[in-house]
Amino acid sequence: MSERHINIKLKVWRQKNKSDKGNMEEYALSGVSTDMSFLEMMDTLNEKLTKEDKQPVAFDHDCREGICGMCSMYINGQPHGPLKGVTTCQLHMRTFNDGDTIVVEPWRSAAFPVLKDLIVDRTAFDRIQHAGGFISINTGAAPDANAIPVPKENADEAFLAAQCIGCGACVAACKNSSAMLFTAAKVSQYALLPQGQAERYRRVEAMVAQMDKEGFGACTNTGACSAECPKEISISHIARMNRDYLGAKSTSNAI
Amino acid sequence: MSWISTTLTSSLGKKLIVGITGLFLCSFLVVHCGINSLIFLNDGGEAFNIGAYFMATNPVIKIMEYVLFLGLIAHIVQTLLLALENKKARPVGYFKENGNANSKWYSRSMAILGTLILIFLILHLKHFWWSKVSGHLAETGETMFAEMLEIFEKPIIVVIYVLAQISLAYHLLHGFSSAFQTLGFNHIKYNGLIKSVGVVFSLVLPIAFAAMPIVIYFGIIK
Ligand code: SF4
Ligand code: FES
Repeated sequence: MSERHINIKLKVWRQKNKSDKGNMEEYALSGVSTDMSFLEMMDTLNEKLTKEDKQPVAFDHDCREGICGMCSMYINGQPHGPLKGVTTCQLHMRTFNDGDTIVVEPWRSAAFPVLKDLIVDRTAFDRIQHAGGFISINTGAAPDANAIPVPKENADEAFLAAQCIGCGACVAACKNSSAMLFTAAKVSQYALLPQGQAERYRRVEAMVAQMDKEGFGACTNTGACSAECPKEISISHIARMNRDYLGAKSTSNAI
Repeated sequence: MSWISTTLTSSLGKKLIVGITGLFLCSFLVVHCGINSLIFLNDGGEAFNIGAYFMATNPVIKIMEYVLFLGLIAHIVQTLLLALENKKARPVGYFKENGNANSKWYSRSMAILGTLILIFLILHLKHFWWSKVSGHLAETGETMFAEMLEIFEKPIIVVIYVLAQISLAYHLLHGFSSAFQTLGFNHIKYNGLIKSVGVVFSLVLPIAFAAMPIVIYFGIIK
């Protein structure tokens, strides 16, 4: 597709700090190259704002290639914008047309408080991970892993779950702000592998408890999370987490 | 807290109760629809009255009636609690939301659909259950079928009943398969079956229920 230049209007959420009320601000940007990524477009806006002696829009980003999960932006009513299976940094301006108004908001969830503009605090995810998203023993190096036979389907399925980049789009998309897709992906990636078995039940109990403690909502199976997930994590992992949780609660030794 | 209460008050535990009670209420719908469909025999309500009499007098069914009310209350209370918590989980909403891009409207509207069904249910119980327990039927010697003919004379009642069945159809369209997912039943061998049974279930039952007031109103069944 050849490069075009488009004029766009932006409506961006601006909020000075955690306690500020915040509001939507409008900006016009002309001559935006359609080859730009969405973040490059935001950079252009920020350069313009800086030149005008205004505060640039604060937003999270790091890898800019879809692997770090930092670029949390709710674009035109969808996390990471309208394209399926991509993060904001992988979204390009060719998805938009000349004259479009683009609304950019932060993730909205009580568990993800807005720190500034589009930046939210996602350490709730870290705490869910810390509660049990690991294996406590040294599992050795690659050759050791190869010494344990793992069925190919299980390895594939675990790998699909492990693709979760902790971006939080699932929470942002869910009408209940539920973190179940994230938590389920982290539970699943170990539940499917032999090394994860020893702590399988303890892990799911602890991670679900932490998820609830953080104030995320409860899943109502709308499927919005999976549809918006940049890694297209399946809700079958949520079913596995439900199974494991009920199994753990009814059979583990923790009273 | 004991492990049982910790489990049942967790997000997953509350969902579990919603799912189990939901499926239980589905089983009730099957029985209810089966007995009521006897009116389609067009035998002046004879078979239906026998069925209704059995349901009103059989001791096992009488006990199940209490279980049914408990199940219904649990379903409502748990979903209400979850809905309130879920509301709290997003105190500040979005300026622009495009929910249709990632989910079905009825999946996102289960609480509203459920409330509509509940409002209908109160009216429905007043129509048919109260006349039984208040002794109205016994006093007047009227049959359940005669009661039905009388109530469905009014067009507004027929309209309300049909609208309620549309709400029920959409509620089931999400709820049926959703309950299985909550219980952890998600498997490539059975997902297709659960999905199709769910669609058939949420069409056949409400259509049969909605047909009852319609055929009576138009005098097709008398
Ligand atoms: S499950 Fe998907 S949407 Fe949720 S945090 Fe992981 S990668 Fe992001
Ligand atoms: S910046 Fe790393 S995923 Fe977008």
